[in-house]
Amino acid sequence: MSSEIIQGVVAPFDRDNIDTDQIIPTEYLKSIKKFGFGDYLFDGWRYLDKGLLGMTSSQREINIDFILNQPSFQNSQILLARDNFGCGSSREHAVWALRDFGFKAVIASSFGDIFYNNCFKNQVLPVQLSKENVNILFELSAQSPQDISINLASKELTVGSDLLIPFNVDDNLLNRIIHNLDDVDITMKDKGSIEAFELNYSQKRPWLFK
Amino acid sequence: MKTLYDKLWDDHLVQTYESKEALVYIDRHYLHEVTSPQAFEGLRHKNLSPWRLNANVATPDHNVPTIRGDSFKAEFIEDEISKIQVMELDKNCNEFEILQFDIESKEQGIVHVMGPELGYTLPGMTIVCGDSHTSTHGAFGCLAMGIGTSEVEHVLATQCLKISKLQNMQVLFQGKPQDGVTSKDIVLHLIKLIGTAGGTGHAIEFAGSYIDSASMESRMTICNMAIEAGAKVGLIAVDQTTLNYVRDHGGMSQQDFEQAQNFWTTLHSDEDAVFNKEIIIDVGTLKPQVTWGTSPEMTVDFDENIPNESDVPLDQVENLKLAKMYMGLEKATTLKDLSFDRVFIGSCTNSRIEDLRSAASVIKGQKVSSNIIEAIVVPGSGLVKAQAEKEGLDKIFEDAGFLWRDPGCSMCLGMNPDQLKPYERCASTSNRNFEGRQGNLGRTHLMSPMMAALTAINGIISDPS
Repeated sequence: MSSEIIQGVVAPFDRDNIDTDQIIPTEYLKSIKKFGFGDYLFDGWRYLDKGLLGMTSSQREINIDFILNQPSFQNSQILLARDNFGCGSSREHAVWALRDFGFKAVIASSFGDIFYNNCFKNQVLPVQLSKENVNILFELSAQSPQDISINLASKELTVGSDLLIPFNVDDNLLNRIIHNLDDVDITMKDKGSIEAFELNYSQKRPWLFK
Repeated sequence: MKTLYDKLWDDHLVQTYESKEALVYIDRHYLHEVTSPQAFEGLRHKNLSPWRLNANVATPDHNVPTIRGDSFKAEFIEDEISKIQVMELDKNCNEFEILQFDIESKEQGIVHVMGPELGYTLPGMTIVCGDSHTSTHGAFGCLAMGIGTSEVEHVLATQCLKISKLQNMQVLFQGKPQDGVTSKDIVLHLIKLIGTAGGTGHAIEFAGSYIDSASMESRMTICNMAIEAGAKVGLIAVDQTTLNYVRDHGGMSQQDFEQAQNFWTTLHSDEDAVFNKEIIIDVGTLKPQVTWGTSPEMTVDFDENIPNESDVPLDQVENLKLAKMYMGLEKATTLKDLSFDRVFIGSCTNSRIEDLRSAASVIKGQKVSSNIIEAIVVPGSGLVKAQAEKEGLDKIFEDAGFLWRDPGCSMCLGMNPDQLKPYERCASTSNRNFEGRQGNLGRTHLMSPMMAALTAINGIISDPS
């Protein structure tokens, strides 16, 4: 699934500090699988009833006011939020839920550190923009649903034909998404370095190796 | 000219790359049942074994029921999916030959309580776990952080983590706190001051005269909640307090201890080290802190007015309104106006022996308020529980009407049966007051063990002095 362009309507979710407990409540962390979390994304806001692992969206009481339940955004692949998105717990299930729902990118003015790292392991691009630019996207979205195109190679985001916003992201991290690379496979190429380090280190700190 | 974080980073650096990322060697890897199954599955899929078995220590904590009694077994867990997860950890640890303190073990506990007291956390280590409160172990002069499940797999397979270096931040806690003010109040106050994103991208080193005089338990509480201030790493220099704790916990030989001690005493920031951010807080003037809202930064003095719309910047008004609505604060001026339904004393933040002693000290000879449906005390580990029982703390709690439970994460996140019902209000010693954290539509107020114990007795927030 190599992809250099992420394109589609952006779902504007106007909140700060959306934590990983909101992205996926603890109830659903009991799964021992890595897929199948899409139905539980934003569970507490998206539904009016309390769910259980194994239930699907169609068995739930939908909160029609919630942004992702509105017809324009039900198939959105890009999420827009404000400050500190993904703060809180380290649960990668939060990224799995966003991915399984269909999100390929999340735009925010800042991210929780652990969440940010987890995104790159799962083909979800976190796009950090200035507060001003995030504000512009929210203002445009308030007028009408906005189509956004994110070019991973050029690190640019375009809205319509006249707004272009560049963004920063580490090239190595970006490559993991563009080429769908697995971290363990990459690091195993440096196996020799790890072995050499460990040999030296175990002599320096012998009490750690008993 | 290095900070403690710089020293730990350099000491474990395996390799740098052209980008900001680097390969960092990991000394200790703690595992629990919730964030590890998919990582073990990944190992199987790639036909790999753990790189260094001895680095790994596992225990089930998130899911475990806290009413177990003697001779409890994983198969007795009533919740079918919780049971599967706990048994999956058993299966994975057996198959990969990883040391586990399983649900039947007398040492089992919350991984961040159990690890240090068994001597698996040692100064100077890099420590990771698929849990954001791994920052706790930074109290021992460690570089400790929470990681995701893909990284759990990566550490199992390669003994390394691929990460970028953080910025350095120093928080100086100066002075002596007043009676009734604890490490929990101090860290909550910091979070109120800098916000839940205040430490993002930083490793926070805590120092100052308060830290110098603080116990290891208090230091762990502070490092534990670094993540609530946005910092995945919190850490504290090694001193005599650290060395004494390490000598008294775990089974290091005298010879190893002396050799290690020479290195451990170097684990502090150099005097002229430069921090990217510095904050100084006088803890002598602080009052007990309690959260009013749905984020740990929504904190006030226990007797202070809850903020109104006019008290916050314009762009925060909507957040404030949503939080107040969720928390049911329409008629409250201060937190003292609220009546509580449940009390939870426990979690990786506040379930150590010092916390239980502190809570027990204010309830002796009193009874839990008739307004409180349930007040539970969940010791952090089997060893904490045994020590508390040796000191008779269990009797003090039970005589007052508290329920004395078995170790686990419990109501901190409600993955086990200990949960709030909709709209119930809880005085909790845990670390997160997010919406639904302790149960769907439940309302959480974070506070110290002493304040939570007093709330149980009085049914409302009250003055510890």
